[in-house]
Amino acid sequence: MVSLPEDIEGLARRLTLAGLEVTDIERVGGEWEGVVVGRVLEVRPHPDADRLRLVTVDKGGEHQTVVCGAPNVASGQDIAFASEGAMLNDPRTGSLRKLKKSRIRGVVSGGMVCSEAELGLSAEHEGILALGTDRPPGTPLRDVLGDRVYVFDLTPNRADALSVLGVARDVAALTGAPLNPPDVSTPRPGPAIEGRASVEIAAPDLCRRFTLALIEDVEIAPSPAWMQERLTAAGMRPINNLVDITNYVMLELGQPVHAFDYDTVRDHHIIVRRAEAGEPLTTLDGKTHRLGPDRLVIADPRGAIALAGVMGGLETEITDSTRNVLLEVANFEQASVRRTARAFDLFSDAARRFAWGLPPEMPPIASARVCRLLAEYAGGRVAEGMVDSWPVREPPVSIRLRRSRIPQVLGMEVPRPAVRAALDGLGFEVEESEETLTVGVPYWRRDVRVPDDLVEEVARVAGYDDLPAAPLAGAIPHHPPLPARTLRERVRDLAAEAALYEVQTYSLVSDDDLAAVTPPELAGIPLFKVRNPLGESRDTLRTSLRPGILRAAAHNLARGARAVRLFEVGRSYHAAGAGSDGRPEERERALGLIVGVRMDRFGGPTDEGLDFFDAKAALEHVLGGLRISARFRPGSPFGLLAGRAADITVEGSGIGVIGQVHPDVAARFGVEQDVFLWDLDLSALLAAAPGMTDPPIASPLPRHPSAVEDFALLVGPEVLAQDLVREALAHPLVVEARVFDDYLLDAPAAGAGDASRRSLGVSVRYQARNRTLNDNDIAKVRRTILKRLKANHGAVVRERG
Amino acid sequence: MSVTVSNPDSLLSPEEVSDAIEGLAPLSEQREVDAWRTQHLGRKSRLMLSLRALGSLDRSQRATVGRLLNDAKTRLGEALSAKQAELKARRTQDLRSLDVSLPGRPLPSGGLHPITRTERAIVAAFATMGFHVIEGPEVELEYYNFEALRIPADHPARDAMDTFYLDGPAGDAPLLLRTHTSPNQIRYMEHHEPPIRLIAPGRTYRNEATDATHEWMITQTEVLAVDRGLTLAHLKGTLYEFVRHLFGEDREIRFRCDYFPFVEPGVEVSISSPDGWIEILGAGMVHPEILGNMGYDPEVYTGFAAGLGVERIAMLRHGIRDIRRFYENDLRFLAQF
Repeated sequence: MVSLPEDIEGLARRLTLAGLEVTDIERVGGEWEGVVVGRVLEVRPHPDADRLRLVTVDKGGEHQTVVCGAPNVASGQDIAFASEGAMLNDPRTGSLRKLKKSRIRGVVSGGMVCSEAELGLSAEHEGILALGTDRPPGTPLRDVLGDRVYVFDLTPNRADALSVLGVARDVAALTGAPLNPPDVSTPRPGPAIEGRASVEIAAPDLCRRFTLALIEDVEIAPSPAWMQERLTAAGMRPINNLVDITNYVMLELGQPVHAFDYDTVRDHHIIVRRAEAGEPLTTLDGKTHRLGPDRLVIADPRGAIALAGVMGGLETEITDSTRNVLLEVANFEQASVRRTARAFDLFSDAARRFAWGLPPEMPPIASARVCRLLAEYAGGRVAEGMVDSWPVREPPVSIRLRRSRIPQVLGMEVPRPAVRAALDGLGFEVEESEETLTVGVPYWRRDVRVPDDLVEEVARVAGYDDLPAAPLAGAIPHHPPLPARTLRERVRDLAAEAALYEVQTYSLVSDDDLAAVTPPELAGIPLFKVRNPLGESRDTLRTSLRPGILRAAAHNLARGARAVRLFEVGRSYHAAGAGSDGRPEERERALGLIVGVRMDRFGGPTDEGLDFFDAKAALEHVLGGLRISARFRPGSPFGLLAGRAADITVEGSGIGVIGQVHPDVAARFGVEQDVFLWDLDLSALLAAAPGMTDPPIASPLPRHPSAVEDFALLVGPEVLAQDLVREALAHPLVVEARVFDDYLLDAPAAGAGDASRRSLGVSVRYQARNRTLNDNDIAKVRRTILKRLKANHGAVVRERG
Repeated sequence: MSVTVSNPDSLLSPEEVSDAIEGLAPLSEQREVDAWRTQHLGRKSRLMLSLRALGSLDRSQRATVGRLLNDAKTRLGEALSAKQAELKARRTQDLRSLDVSLPGRPLPSGGLHPITRTERAIVAAFATMGFHVIEGPEVELEYYNFEALRIPADHPARDAMDTFYLDGPAGDAPLLLRTHTSPNQIRYMEHHEPPIRLIAPGRTYRNEATDATHEWMITQTEVLAVDRGLTLAHLKGTLYEFVRHLFGEDREIRFRCDYFPFVEPGVEVSISSPDGWIEILGAGMVHPEILGNMGYDPEVYTGFAAGLGVERIAMLRHGIRDIRRFYENDLRFLAQF
């Protein structure tokens, strides 16, 4: 259809840049190693066999004599010569076989004159392949016979390019070569079709045009070798002339066609209609479908005979005994075909083309082309005329393009002649004026509808190589930072500083996994389930990040990690806060996890396990970095081990939990060791402490010395160290209070009651901003603190000795 | 202690001084030496108290006692200096030498996920050009994910975006997991006027099988600019700057024609590399119909948009060959960044 330049790779690049992406260039015959052009110099009879000859071949400066059984070999011919070691097609098995030296009737033969079959070109192996070539002997055969096949990955706007013709149009526009569309003239028409076939379109919204042609007295036979070659190169299996021609025309013109056995279509009358509820149809693949009014069918008066645009029916299929062919070439509404193809998982080559959107102008052209080929290669007699129903014609599309729009969109000027050449080359009808172009869009470019579409057409032919890179100018729009993002990224930095590695786990998990970490009181809240999941393990939007991080821990422990310290910051999805549009509330969460053993001085593992306070240390680093003061209260959050878990509050609001994961839960996710985690709701944290990411305000350094005093306090089992520290800190002259010791006494201390068996060492620092505290000042503070500790917490100073 | 200078016995005799100096000799710890100094030369030592009391003596005695005390002070002082020097010398002698090749005491290490790092690098690069971050929901309505972006139901472009549909608890609204970050364009333009320069990172989902180059969950970053006079050349300039930030100074970029329903023209962008051109993102000029739908006059305002795969860029930057590594969370992988 169009002559190609020598530089096949160059053209592929050019097409790719212009939007028809060539993903591969396949070489047909690329497997011809060791096969060259040879010239037959002499043919002699074989001394011991009547049907064999001895053929002497010039294989490029060297002569060789081999045994040949072909009747058509003659001296002076150029042939395909395979030397010993060449890889040839074995016609019996269809696979490649290495050519070995052999002795044929007493004569050693170290090569072969090849037939088409041995070269894998066709099934023909009766005679040798005579090459019509002017290339000298010795030329590799692939340079003479080898064909190159472009493999395209097309975008769905370019339905026109799902055909050789469509690609040829782009090649013509890009190279300036003339386009020669295929011959669609009808040779020697037979008796007219009129009165012998009819069509009725009962669903014009789904079928824009329907044509029928009749070809009589066809002879089913193999299609010509060249057609088989081309179909094979395009990845289609040759079947017979009739099927091959319909496929060939679809590849050639992009228009699917369907052939019915004329004699099986009742009344030779076609109705294009919606299927009736429950209407059965057995398609070519032997499957029977129950249809409904959402499916468009081709029917004869008795019932459906094809699923329109998707697949033909078994009943009216072409068979070896078919004599007369009723040829359907139609245009179906693209969305309807796509829906049907998806519903039945029948994305045939035809369905894909219809689903991408084809022009209603195409059917008569494709029909004529099929008729011509059938007449030529299947001995058919083409009935004169065509049944053509085209109820609603769309007017041709014309677009007004201001010239100034081209630089307005592209940022570069395209010279007027280049604009004109690009549009002309692609088949657009252009009327030029000083300011505007009035452009008629050819029927096959249904993707071009607005002026900017034309701008792209110009740009893709002219190429983007000359496009300048312009810096942005103008005012920078202001937008305040997102507090949730600021917090999230800060938490990430702090958690990484706390020596946790960040993981990112999937947002979809299984509902079983979620159930294992969801408290019973929340179990009733519905989940968001994927209707079409990849598998059961990924069918539910996560409401918790715990399954993901526990599995990540298990993954690493299983691979030999001795200490696993992880965190994840991500979203969870909750029906409870769903908006009016039904979307879930997407909350931010941060989790830390620690499992494994402590490392020794050399980084090797010790026997000492990481524990609750390792997890808490990381959490404290995160909260401290946010300047958040949190309280920890013993609790029994679901999934954590009672007595080793706490609820965390900030300014009275719950923001998360920390604790040892219950061993049953841990084991469910594959973690058999003691594992500790914290689980924060960042959205709640943000609400509780909105200013936490504000810049810190510095305090002046103290100018007066401080004094430190240590107390050993006897406390009851229910007392929290955190409360003693806070009690001390509540005094304005105490600037620091911290626990420095914690142990259980062997026996109740004298005079402190039975319960007071725990001794807490608390260190207190006294300091005033405006003066140096003297002994009397400190004694006063001490008295106050100790009084409050006793009154509010039952803590008494342990007697010495 | 009271010192009566007139009583010679309370004075330090040279013998006592010698005894004191002898007592210093065996001391080897700084702490002991400090105690010795306090005892013999401190403010409350006999020697110092006596020296202070000198003034109360009559002149005849003052010279004799004074000489005696000063001799003692000198001798004690010299002995102390000698001892100090000895201690100081000992601190740097006799040390067991270290095997300096032993590793330091290990600090536990942690770090950010490569996706987080790459997303931040992308955001930072665009921030230099005045793009600010916005974020949107991952669970989307068909309208924002498809229809408003010119991808109506049964449009063939949906074949390239296999979608996870959700059964929400309400059951009525058709919900889906967004297949790209482009819904952010619509959500932002609905409520803002140009000029616009935004970048919107986040997770996206495609219902497709995974292999070394395909993941069903990927992180994308949307880029959108709308203003008077923006052109494809500005898109190129912006992406060129971005590429220089992320991949270095000596990169070239190339546009080729591509198709996304919400841009026109649409381009695919590649960067140069020693191995040839490498595709890194899709982009284009915002379709005039979308600008019009947002209430912007497409004859006045133009815009560009781009969608970047964060995993893809991370793979290129870090030489990662298998996209599945990102969500496997193997520490041996995570610790490399």
